[in-house]
Amino acid sequence: MEYITQNIQEIYFLIFCIFIGIEVIANVPAILHTPLMSGANAISGVILVGAIMLMFRVEQGDYINLILGGIAVFLGALNISGGFFVTGRMLKMFGSKNHK
Amino acid sequence: MQAIIEVGYLLATISFLGGLKFMSSPKRARIGNLIAAIGMILAVALTFLGEISASVPRINLIIILFATILGIILGKRLSAKVEMTKMPQLVSIFNATGGGCAMLLGLVEANNIEVVTIALENQILLIAGLVTGAIALTGSIIAERKLAGKIKDKRSKAVFLFSRILLGLIISLPILYFFGIIPISFFLFTYILATLAMFYGVIFVLPIGGADMPVVISLLNSITGIATAFAGFVYGNKAMIAGGIFVGAAGILLTLLMCKAMNRSLMKVLAGKFKKNSANALEEEQLIREISISETALLLSISQKIAVVPGYGLAVAQAQHACSQLQQLLEKRNCTVDYIIHPVAGRMPGHMNVLLAEANVDYSCLKEMEEGNEKIKEYDAVLVIGANDVVNPAAETNKDSPVFGMPIIRVHQSKKVIVMKRSMNKGYAGVQNDLFDLENCSILFGDAKNSLQDIVNQLKLI
Repeated sequence: MEYITQNIQEIYFLIFCIFIGIEVIANVPAILHTPLMSGANAISGVILVGAIMLMFRVEQGDYINLILGGIAVFLGALNISGGFFVTGRMLKMFGSKNHK
Repeated sequence: MQAIIEVGYLLATISFLGGLKFMSSPKRARIGNLIAAIGMILAVALTFLGEISASVPRINLIIILFATILGIILGKRLSAKVEMTKMPQLVSIFNATGGGCAMLLGLVEANNIEVVTIALENQILLIAGLVTGAIALTGSIIAERKLAGKIKDKRSKAVFLFSRILLGLIISLPILYFFGIIPISFFLFTYILATLAMFYGVIFVLPIGGADMPVVISLLNSITGIATAFAGFVYGNKAMIAGGIFVGAAGILLTLLMCKAMNRSLMKVLAGKFKKNSANALEEEQLIREISISETALLLSISQKIAVVPGYGLAVAQAQHACSQLQQLLEKRNCTVDYIIHPVAGRMPGHMNVLLAEANVDYSCLKEMEEGNEKIKEYDAVLVIGANDVVNPAAETNKDSPVFGMPIIRVHQSKKVIVMKRSMNKGYAGVQNDLFDLENCSILFGDAKNSLQDIVNQLKLI
């Protein structure tokens, strides 16, 4: 109970996010579903923010956590960069107008 | 500094939302992608700058920078090289990385808990993020292997039983643990749970059929998003919560859309079940009409309005470029060519559109199923290339058919249908296609790519 009163703002935020997210995404036409998915995939890479915060808190000499955290940072960065680059590449093809 | 960082996260959240909003039109989608990417860079850079101080050990900084740069370079390389037909595999890999990141985050955080104790609620959230991340990690890897054709479906009873047991354990163990019944350290407990969740990810995807992959990829994508949102709660970071929830929403929405387009419930897809028509196995002799290349070319040359219904067979035959050539040739003859695309054409949501866009087909020619069905009677000829179940009229007329109820493209209502097929083999659903019996339907046998090229050559002569 105490947790809920302390984090009530986050909970409101979460619920608004769910509804806004569904509204915005439902408007995406079927032709763009693949780029939407890879773009969304890249956005889920925002978890890198958490991984970086974590890495700053790992104690010196704690090698296991340094390695695991390092891999986490690497995976997060890979997700973000790959996701946005590949989405950009796909969308570039949709932009090319060669007739009409 | 704290204020700048908070504003930065706010801007990042807005940029994610704006980026997704811009995805609603093909013209602005590129800007949307750019906006979201800038927001992401802002969030990551500010996190780094906000945490940096003299007391941070140098080795940590080096690892962060090195890992980030390595990830960026590898991501760019992978995305630059991939073929468009292999896009579902790449998206699965990126999804696995996101899930892996969430899982590792949970593990490292749990290691730290031995030193600093955190609230019980945060421990629960931590475990939730770790478990969902682990499922997304291994599930996406198996999905990728299946899409690449390296792993076959496994549907034995043992797999189902094992998957139920694992799911039961993943849900019940944390409950028992938090009531203090399992006397082990939190650190050890998270490792056990992560291992179980990774096994569950494998077993959960294994029985799912190849044609159901669009559903699974969407679902795994949403699981990664949810894992990110859980982690966001642990860190109290709103950009992470928002980003994760948007991805989760997108994934769930696409999952349900794909299920609807296949007329199957999510539970059935996950169980790898497909209604078999054992009672209806009596196969009627079908009277089919064959058509030759030159006849097809002649027919197309006198048509004013043509529709193409592409299926995954078109991509398998690498025929999308030949198809686009045919379109350009026909358009020179003042004939309009539209593509009517079923939502499940391809191996992930919207995949067929990307394949056609790569072959320089303008997006204004790409019609969604509903739009195509409204105007289907106007078409003088419809070319069905590498699609089968999605044009089967039995889905609307024959209640006993396993495909009954599935939304279809009503090509049988057009003036003339030409189905390009390699052989009389049935489609994925394994059902007879009633379309072939109809008067206005003819079949052109042969490899789609060769046939299309031959038609192009013939048309040039007419």
